[in-house]
Amino acid sequence: MPPTIALDVIRYRPERNEEPSFQTYEVPFRDDWVVLDALNYIKDWLDGSLSFRWSCRMGVCGSCGMMVNGQPKLTCAAYLSDHQPGPIRVEPLNYFPIVRDLVVDITEFLRKLTKVKPWIIRDQVWPVEEGEYRQTPAQLDTYRQFSQCINCMLCYAACPIVGLEPEFVGPAAIALAQRYNLDSRDEAAKQRLKILSDHAGIWGCTFVGECTQVCPKHVDPAGAIQQFKLTGALDALKSLLLPWGTR
Amino acid sequence: MSDLSHHTRYHPRWYRRRMSVWWWLKNRAYSKFVLRELTSVFVALFAILFLWQLRALAHGPDAYAQFTARLKAPLFLTIDTVAFLFVLFHTITWFNLTPTAMVVRVRGKRVPDKIVAGSNYIVWVLLSGIVAWILTRG
Amino acid sequence: MTERLTPFLWILFSLGGTIAAFLFPVHLFLGGLAFPLGWLDAPSYEALRGLVQHPVVRLYLFVVISLPLFHWAHRFRYTLYDGLQLYHLTVLIAVLCYGAALVGTAVAAYTLWNLA
Ligand code: SF4
Ligand code: FES
Repeated sequence: MPPTIALDVIRYRPERNEEPSFQTYEVPFRDDWVVLDALNYIKDWLDGSLSFRWSCRMGVCGSCGMMVNGQPKLTCAAYLSDHQPGPIRVEPLNYFPIVRDLVVDITEFLRKLTKVKPWIIRDQVWPVEEGEYRQTPAQLDTYRQFSQCINCMLCYAACPIVGLEPEFVGPAAIALAQRYNLDSRDEAAKQRLKILSDHAGIWGCTFVGECTQVCPKHVDPAGAIQQFKLTGALDALKSLLLPWGTR
Repeated sequence: MSDLSHHTRYHPRWYRRRMSVWWWLKNRAYSKFVLRELTSVFVALFAILFLWQLRALAHGPDAYAQFTARLKAPLFLTIDTVAFLFVLFHTITWFNLTPTAMVVRVRGKRVPDKIVAGSNYIVWVLLSGIVAWILTRG
Repeated sequence: MTERLTPFLWILFSLGGTIAAFLFPVHLFLGGLAFPLGWLDAPSYEALRGLVQHPVVRLYLFVVISLPLFHWAHRFRYTLYDGLQLYHLTVLIAVLCYGAALVGTAVAAYTLWNLA
């Protein structure tokens, strides 16, 4: 008999279940399979009613994030062989409301992303004839890391503050704000600081640091938040010492 | 945007998990985090001990002798040992997180984390040496 | 109000944490273990009194006591209400924590002033 491995998967069908519960599936074990392959095997051969999100299967789209043995992971990058002998626990991302099975609601996440104005804002927009806004490689380098985010939300599922404080803007959104703050073409750092200088923003963070640990793209949201705090603190200090300065 | 999304926030059919009061025991990293935060209690404890020593010093030789005698009691030695371990944990975590919290750039290039953290340790050893030298000199 | 104060409290927290990280291990090791246990010769009362005569030493002691207290206040405050989910007590916890640090700072200032 070919080897198999067990998956304990959370099932929640709102029309039938009061609360989520585990269901166990036995799937073939293959060295080159990831958890997502196993889930697709379940869907194709064992139970077509299992719901989950995925798309690219190569760590680019950010839609396949789930808790694998309690850790937030991209299931398309989580090998079965790294979780032997099983059973492997597969749950929807922590702290998000569960819509169905492994699918979570991301409305709040999207609202938080847009809250930080993640686009280039200029005091004066040049007409197209003037040409593009130029940027040196060194200038690009200052924010490049923070621009790699794929919105997989693993960092949210890793952060206890997200669970404790539903309004907390969260790691990816603050990293994204920092990405635009550090962009030499952008001029709205002050606006974003205002939006984020409260307990739902940077000051709610206690630097647990797990967001950075789980991020598959090495965005380092924890670093972004701490650096943001430093900027915010220096800004507050400046406006205290020079109250007549530009506000 | 926020108005639009509001109607979905309390969707009755979505399952919302509640965070347990014991969340910080549920996961290794969380426990380590809380332990790190609790080092602050021992930091404060030592600051108070330090203050106490100064007050004894201010009250004259007898009071100070009494204070130093008290420090030799097993209770204090135990507390100090535990506090020392926690403070050491604070030092290590603080140093190791510095490069994340502060980006140091030299000529436009980001200084590698290891070097930023490492220089903390070097300064630490130097400062400790100076303090020890001043206190044990005479 | 607290929102406006937070950046400053965070600065105190950071400075205090840095000071504690660099200087507390050696002070605690010497004062709490090495001297009481006789591993090293403790400085005499007179030597210490002489040392604290110097204003720089007194300033050092003030900073080394006060800022780490604020470090504690800030960290402990967050730990209390995140760890135990005491959101309804936010204000009370903040007042108690920062208040204690303020009292400690005042006592330190008073003591060091009189030590001269
Ligand atoms: S910061 Fe990293 S973990 Fe968070 S959403 Fe972006 S890619 Fe995912
Ligand atoms: S399926 Fe796209 S990131 Fe995993």
